[in-house]
Amino acid sequence: MKKFVAILLAAMMLLSVSALAENVVKIGVYEPASGDSGAGGKQETLGVQYANLETPTVVIGGEEYKVELVYADNGSSTDKAPSAAQELVSAGVSVVLGSYGSGVSIAGSEYFKNANIPAIGLTCTNPQVTAGNSHYFRVCFLDPFQGTALANYASKALGAKTAYCLGELGNDYDQGLINYFKEAFEGLGGTVIVDAFPTNNADFTSYLTNAEMYGAEVLFCPVSIAYSTLIIQQAASMNLAFPVLGGDTLDSNVVVAAAVGTNIDLTVTTFYQEGANPTFDEGFKAWLNSDATALANNGGNDMISAVSVMGYDGYYMALAALQAAGTTDSAAVMAVLPSMEIDGASGHIVFDENGDAVRNSAFVKKANTATGDWEFVTEQTVE
Amino acid sequence: MWNTVFPYLLSGISVGGQYALIAIGYTMVYGILRLINFAHGDVFMVAGIVMVYLSASGLPLWLVIPMVLIITALIGFVIERVAYKPLRSAPRMSVMISAIGVSYTLQNLVLYVTGGLNKMYPTIPGISETVMVMGAKTKMVTLVTPVLTLVLVVLLVTLINKTKIGMAMRAVSKDFETSQLMGIKINSVISATFVIGSFLAGVGSILYFTNYPTVIQTSGAMPGLKAFVAAVFGGIGSIPGAVLGAFIIGIMENIIKGLDVILFKSGLISAPLGLSTFSDAFTFALLIIILIVKPTGLFGEKTTDKV
Repeated sequence: MKKFVAILLAAMMLLSVSALAENVVKIGVYEPASGDSGAGGKQETLGVQYANLETPTVVIGGEEYKVELVYADNGSSTDKAPSAAQELVSAGVSVVLGSYGSGVSIAGSEYFKNANIPAIGLTCTNPQVTAGNSHYFRVCFLDPFQGTALANYASKALGAKTAYCLGELGNDYDQGLINYFKEAFEGLGGTVIVDAFPTNNADFTSYLTNAEMYGAEVLFCPVSIAYSTLIIQQAASMNLAFPVLGGDTLDSNVVVAAAVGTNIDLTVTTFYQEGANPTFDEGFKAWLNSDATALANNGGNDMISAVSVMGYDGYYMALAALQAAGTTDSAAVMAVLPSMEIDGASGHIVFDENGDAVRNSAFVKKANTATGDWEFVTEQTVE
Repeated sequence: MWNTVFPYLLSGISVGGQYALIAIGYTMVYGILRLINFAHGDVFMVAGIVMVYLSASGLPLWLVIPMVLIITALIGFVIERVAYKPLRSAPRMSVMISAIGVSYTLQNLVLYVTGGLNKMYPTIPGISETVMVMGAKTKMVTLVTPVLTLVLVVLLVTLINKTKIGMAMRAVSKDFETSQLMGIKINSVISATFVIGSFLAGVGSILYFTNYPTVIQTSGAMPGLKAFVAAVFGGIGSIPGAVLGAFIIGIMENIIKGLDVILFKSGLISAPLGLSTFSDAFTFALLIIILIVKPTGLFGEKTTDKV
């Protein structure tokens, strides 16, 4: 018996050695798979997985490497984020992608920094993620831009004078975006009332009553998907007379599903509009429909979420950097990242001096409550 | 003034009734076992998930609702048999830790089943409709909740005061060992307590999620915690106390969420102060104050017993 176990162990060691012999480069996927942002994190991960399926290998320094995705669930919460980040560091990844949610990105940032691992933020829009960091990059637009675009839309397109903003207490994304919205909206001559709700709150009727009492003409709630579905359903049952505005988090089929059959007026700004890149759209949908797990993670239908597109572009950005570095060494990848440029599904991506993608337009989409689709409204730019 | 306060009062009464149904489960189990059943909030959440999956399976609603209630009661029964009964003679702290373990097990089971995605609660015709009450918009369930809660409480109190099993429950809660010596089958009494508590949590979950129709694995945490505070506030072990405490907490919490508007409308302040932020802080500050001023709560029995 002992002999048998010994032989088995030896065989396993041999196998693991032979596995090591193959060239593998690891890319960390630092995304929430659970918690309030679990749904969004999964859709973002789908984009990365699809890109990995499309291009599973990369040539680094003349040798072909297999790309292995290493997943770490940061649980949408800043107290679970550090252990997820450390998990990736100890797995020896060359570059990290993520996360959905600015708070968890900031919370994991220092662990990547200390380990000299570059991170590419996919949809974390808070400026603090990259500010003052040479290791954090991002492929999406930023909140000062998004907040201003939304304020412009609310003031000019909707003609609102009073805005009621509702965010989660202590959530970097919500509070940051509300702050930029407030600055811009007040700059345009409007009045802003800001309220915050505690984590795990489910009863929004009192907040919505507040909005009505203040005479708000627009409700701005850039919150996590789990809260936004609650807010939308409660707003619908209260027959709110004013439109609801949201940030990029609300651009999800889960959210639009909550609005179906109601008379709510829901508009969001986002990174990508379905149809902008037909090749990507077609391939991605075909993959979703052929893979039951992927389809379930996308919320049960094949509607393309903008965050998936950002995940896709982030993966190719990582591959480009690995290729340019010519090595899997994370510090070398970090050194070449600032000068990288790619043509992604969401457009041409180039970094500015902060490591942020240069973007000057956001897509405005409106929920069609009859069909449950997002409809393109306009491309909002800020002058 | 009344028009300003009334909508908040209405939300408060509704949410208070739902807290009350959960709080009864806490208080009954405590009364009999001297155990804070930390898993109770999660039983409430599991009832919501069971409802989501059963109604998605296409069964008619008149069948789904009783099934949800029966399954929830069964879950309560199984939890007691598996996690608490083997620890009957163990120190009380061990049972409490077991309860925390059950709570995490349930949450993670649901996380596994749902994949961490939030589930939309099905709409129940009749109680999901929007109605106007004295100029305030609300869902029908807001009006149904307090009535249903009070009916269930009256039934429960009658059960405890008039029936044999109720008498056995009272005996066990007075003195565990002596009632055992007197021939009361304590295991079945305790099981009955868990079944009743879970059943009420199931009713509460139907009402609660009709109002707030998103269920995720942490959905039970906050209502559970607030119901627990309500049970302590009313005097843990006392059913009328738990119900009263739950209504007070529900109403106060919603008044605080709207306090800014109320003050603003009555001209006491000129700009919002951001008081709504403190609605949860209030609930827990209340818990601390009660524990300092009147540790036994509003209707709590005087006891020399220490937890």
